[in-house]
This record gives sequence, C-alpha cells and structure tokens, in this order.
Amino acid sequence: MNQATEPALALRGLTKVFDRPAVDDLDLTIRAGEFYALLGPNGAGKTTTLRMVVGLLPPDAGSVSVFGIDALTDPVAAKRLTAWVSDEPMIYDKLTPLEYLEFVAGLWGIDPAAAEPAARGLMDWLGLLPHANERCEGFSRGMRQKVALAGALVHDPRLIILDEPLTGLDAGTARQVKDVLQARVRAGNTVIMTTHILEVAERMAERIGVLSKGRLIAEGTLAELSLRAGGGGSLEDVFLTLVGESAAA
Amino acid sequence: MSATGSIAWLAAHEFRLAWRDWRGVITAGGRRSFARSLTVLALIALALHIPAWAIVARFGEDGVTPDIPALASVTIIVILYFSLLLSQAMESVTRALYSRGDLELVMSSPVPPRRLFSVRIAANAGLVSVMALVLSAPFIDALTLAGGPRWLVGFGISIAFGILAAALAVAITIGLFRLLGPRRTRLAAQVVAAVIGAAFAIGIQVVAIVNYGDFMQGGFVMVPGILGILPGEDSVVWWPARAIFGDVGAMTGVLAVAVLAMATVTTTLAPRLGEHSIAATDLGAPRQGRRRTRRFVIHSPRWAMRRKEWLLLRRDPWLVSQTLTQILYLIPPALLLSHNFGNTTGSMVVVVMVLVTVGGQLAGALGWLAISGEDAPDLVATAPLPPGGVVRAKVEAVMGALAMTLGPLVLIFALFTPYHALFAVVGIAIAGSSTLQIQLWFRAQARRSHFRRRHTSSRIATFAEALTSFSWAAAAGLAAAGTWIAAISAVIALLIMAGARSLSPRKAAA
Repeated sequence: MNQATEPALALRGLTKVFDRPAVDDLDLTIRAGEFYALLGPNGAGKTTTLRMVVGLLPPDAGSVSVFGIDALTDPVAAKRLTAWVSDEPMIYDKLTPLEYLEFVAGLWGIDPAAAEPAARGLMDWLGLLPHANERCEGFSRGMRQKVALAGALVHDPRLIILDEPLTGLDAGTARQVKDVLQARVRAGNTVIMTTHILEVAERMAERIGVLSKGRLIAEGTLAELSLRAGGGGSLEDVFLTLVGESAAA
Repeated sequence: MSATGSIAWLAAHEFRLAWRDWRGVITAGGRRSFARSLTVLALIALALHIPAWAIVARFGEDGVTPDIPALASVTIIVILYFSLLLSQAMESVTRALYSRGDLELVMSSPVPPRRLFSVRIAANAGLVSVMALVLSAPFIDALTLAGGPRWLVGFGISIAFGILAAALAVAITIGLFRLLGPRRTRLAAQVVAAVIGAAFAIGIQVVAIVNYGDFMQGGFVMVPGILGILPGEDSVVWWPARAIFGDVGAMTGVLAVAVLAMATVTTTLAPRLGEHSIAATDLGAPRQGRRRTRRFVIHSPRWAMRRKEWLLLRRDPWLVSQTLTQILYLIPPALLLSHNFGNTTGSMVVVVMVLVTVGGQLAGALGWLAISGEDAPDLVATAPLPPGGVVRAKVEAVMGALAMTLGPLVLIFALFTPYHALFAVVGIAIAGSSTLQIQLWFRAQARRSHFRRRHTSSRIATFAEALTSFSWAAAAGLAAAGTWIAAISAVIALLIMAGARSLSPRKAAA
C-alpha cells in the first residue's frame, strides 16, 4: 500500500443509528493535503461522523480508511496518523501547557529530542510561551483551545480533524488558529474541519461538503456548490438553498 | 411582604434556595417522590433512636453526678462533636466563597454586600444548627424519655454549638485567606475541614479504647496527675457539659457566648467575606509558575499515562485531604497497639485489619480519579494505544500510588512484626485490586472536580467498595490470627464482588 497516493480519508457506507439514523450510508473521500470543511445544520451528523473516524464511536456499518489503513481493524495504526480537536477543549487543569504537550508526545511515543522543540515552537506560534509554566486551571477558553490545538499538532499528524475549533474564540485567537491550520496544509497535512462560521469555510477550505440528515447532499469547491445551488451568492446563500432543498425532499 | 433587598427578603431568598437544594438532595434530583423520601428519612431517624437508647438511657435513668470526671468525659465528647460541626461549617463557608453562582449578580446589584453576607453567615449558622440538632436529637430524646424533661436543655446547647461552629468557621476561613491568599486557602480550608471532621471519628475510637470501664468514670482524667490540673467544678470550662446535664443557666451562658461570637463575626467580617468572595472567584488570572529547566522525558505511552496520573493525583486537593484523613484513621489502632503492648496478638490483628481497610478505600478513591475522572477522555481514546493499554496503565498508576502511600506505614509495622505485616501487604493488594475492579465495572465519565460527588453517582459501587474492603480486612486479620474463619470472610468478599458485577452497568449492557 502506498500511503502517499491513498486518500487521507475514505468513508464507505458509514452508518450510525441512535433513535434515528444520525449518519446514513455515508460515502466521503478527502484527498491528502486538502483543507476540507464539513458543513451542515445542527443534528446533521457532522460530529458523529468525525467521532467515528477518530475511533470515539463505533459505526453500525461501513468502513473508515485513513491513508489506506482500515481504521476499524487497525485503529492503533490509524490513530498514529491522526489528531482530534473537539469543540470543548479537554485538557488537564493541574498540568502546565508544557507538561500537557510532554504527555501527549508520550502517548504518541514521539522521540523527546524532536517533541520538545516541536512543543516549544507550537507554543511560541500560538502565543502560549509566556504561560508555559502556569497550570491550565486559570486559562481562558481561548487559551485552553490553543493548548488543545498544540497538543493535537505536537505529534505532527498527517490528518488533523477539528470539530468547531473556533467556537467562542476572540478574533485574535481565531486568527492564530486559522494561521496554524493553513500552515499545516501548506506543509502537506490534511485538515478536516466542521464549522458553523460559513465565512471561515468560504475563505479557508479548498472543498466543502454539506451534510444533512446524515447524508452528503453536496460537495465541491465554492464555485461548484454555487453552480449546484443555482449560481451566485455567498456560501451562506448556497448553504441555505442546499439545506432547504434537502429538508423539502 | 418584605421590601426587596431587605434582610428579610434576602433571608427568604436564601431559605428558598436552601430548601430546594435539600429537596433535590433527598429526592435525588426529583427522581424519587418527596413524600416517600421524607418517610424513609423519618424511619431512619426513628431507627437511630435505638442505638442512642442503648448508649445513653442508663445515664438518664440513674442520673449523673456532675463531678470532675463526669464533666471532663462529657467535655471530651463535646469537643469531638463540635469538631464535626466545625468541619461542616468550614466546608460550607469555603463552598460559598469559591462558587461563583449568583455572586456576580448580587455583588453588582445595589444591595449592600455587608447585608447580603450577614444573611449568608446567618443562613450558614442556621444550617449547621439544624445539623447539630439532627445529630443530637436521638440521644436527647432517649435521655428525656429515660430521665425526664430536664434533658431537653440539650436542644438549646446543640443550637448554641451550631451557631458557635458557624461563627468560628467564618473567622478561620478569613484568617486563612489573609494568611495564605485565595488560591492556597481553598486547599488549606478543605484539608483542615476534612482533618477536623476525621478527628471526630478518630476521637470517638480513642475514647472507646482508653475508657474500658464506665465512661462516666472518665478514663482520661483518672490518669494520675491530670485530675490535679483540671479547673474546679464551678469553672466556665464545664458550662457546655453542665448544660448537657440539664443546667439551664449554663446553657443560657453558652448560647449567649455563641450569639455574641456570631454577632461579632457578622459585624466585623461580613464585609471582608464579600471582598474575599470576589478575590476567590476571580482566580482567572494565571499565576507565573517556576521556570522549568527539565527536558522532556518520554519512554512509552503507558509510562506517559502513569506519570500523568501520578502528577495529577499529587496535585489533587481533595485527594490530599482524603489521604491525610485515611492515614489519621490509623491513629486509634496505633494507640490500641501501644495501650495493649504485651498482649500483642489481638492488637496486631486490628492493625492488619485497619491497614487493609484503608488500602481498599484509598484504592477505590484513587481508582475513581484515574479511571472515571479523566478530564481529557477524547485525547486518551484517540491516542495510539492498544485496547486495554490505557486501563492497564491507570491500574498500574493507582497501585503504584497506593504502594507509595501505605508502603512506609507497612514497613514500620514490619519492624514490629514481619509476620503480621505480610498479611497486611497481601490484604492491601487484594482489597485494593477488588475496589479497583469495582471502579472498572462502574466507571462513568466525569470531571475530576466531581470527586466529592462520586458517591452519589453510584451508591451500589460505594457500598460494594466499602463492604469489600471490610470483608477483605476481616479475612486478612483473621488469617493473621490463624483461624479458618478467615475463609468465610474471604468468601463473603467474593460474593459481594459477584453481586456488584451482576448489578454493574457494564454487565447490564452486555
């Protein structure tokens, strides 16, 4: 298997049913080195899909392939290449950012000689270096999100999956996070992000997928989606048209 | 209707909140019927009168001569009882200081903070007094039934103790605040409250160990030399004890002191409480830690997991206080050991049993923090560790922490008697593994900060943990004593484990 030519993520027939189908026979392919935005109204199945990809939720049916590795039969190998950042930054209050990054590097088994400069570099980039030795318990939401993001990136993942990473961040912090993600894509990594901030998807994503009722109802570049929605308008107009059509169907 | 913002209006607001809180607690958040919960509480209260009758009725029937030995003995109990009330009052004051709740709303309102905090201090005093009454009522009722209405004075003294404990708790907490600052006060107050609370249980055991004969003969004070330095029968030191014996004048005196203390605290410290509350809830500004010079050290994912757990356990204020408390519980058996020196077999067996009980309970607490209290579950679940690797690392971390905590104590014990220490080590390992297994069966995702509420999340797990620890402790103690009855206790422990497993959510889901 040549990981370089494999898609970063390939989902086939992915299904998850709670009271009703949350993800319904979903097929999705995301190319390596792509910035992909996954959009959809509340309850569309975005988070459920991503949680199944990173191994937090077992699917009822279907397959998940990360760079050609079957993530359901060999989850450890798939997890080595993947990072997950949830909308609620989950970090340890009693650890300092530096201790947190050391722990994450330890979980991914990174060589300390490489992990430490990477950690310090990320903290510098995200403006966390002055707080490197403070415990996280007093941090604001934005700072916590930056620590969580640094943790996700410290093991240099090839696939970075983020669920609403910009929620509740101030403009400056949001800009820092976006800059870091764009730099990662330029370096050849793949980023998949869900967001309700359509302007972010419009400006950052190379391709956009729209989910509704657990199914992919549209996918493509902004221009392709505009065409599909009848042409013209902002992503917001396109999104509302597509979701409206799906709801009426 | 009282004017908005007045003391009466604020008091009514506090009362409504306290009532709803209490109602929520007894009905498990509304899941049980209120009437049924009240009935259960009433039955428990009635049941508590049976042991109370057995313990104190004879004093009511025969009457007690309030001589120095009797006054001293009752004073010791009063001190222990007061320590329990003080612990609860400190816990309550700390919670009020550090929980943001409605603080920002009320502090930004035009109501004077002095008025608001005066009401809160008074409400706390009311709460602690109710607790004092609940604790003492079965004993006072038994004494009254057996010896007549003069014992009813005990209710007055209970209220006085409640008020005094609440006043003292505010003074101590604000003293700590000034001495240590808002950050350290939270930990210090929690630890002090836990240790004072433990002193009650420990002290009762010490009294029971030392007073082999008639309690009112005052085993302590009959120690040669002590009787001579105690104040005379008319001293104010004995007022609380005299009040308990039915002296209305003494009760009035103690109540007056309590009310005066409360008035002084309210007048002088209520405004400070407001300032400190704001400082305590405004801990958002991060503090500068020590500059770290150590390089990253990484061995394996499991090593990283163990190290993280140890770091977090060491920095957990609740765990520190719980561990200190558990270790304090070793004082009574140590006392028993020295008291019975020469008659070693019995006392050594007791030490084995206490060590095993403490080991089981501590492993349960540590296990909850490591297994259920994972603050970054997504991170751990998405890390490239093989299935079971995370749990194995956490179990290793808990057993390591247990060894580090109890190891030195067992080593000291081994210096006296290696034979009994061996039984203690094996017992601790088995009891610790058992309570950890129960934690694994009942694990539920929670924040570490919810540690104190872990008992309410699964009462079955709590009871199973305690009963398993006790059963293994009994088995280890009996085995150390060389009796085959140890096997029965071990079988009981295994049956409790089997019962817990069959009731666990994981088994039910399977």
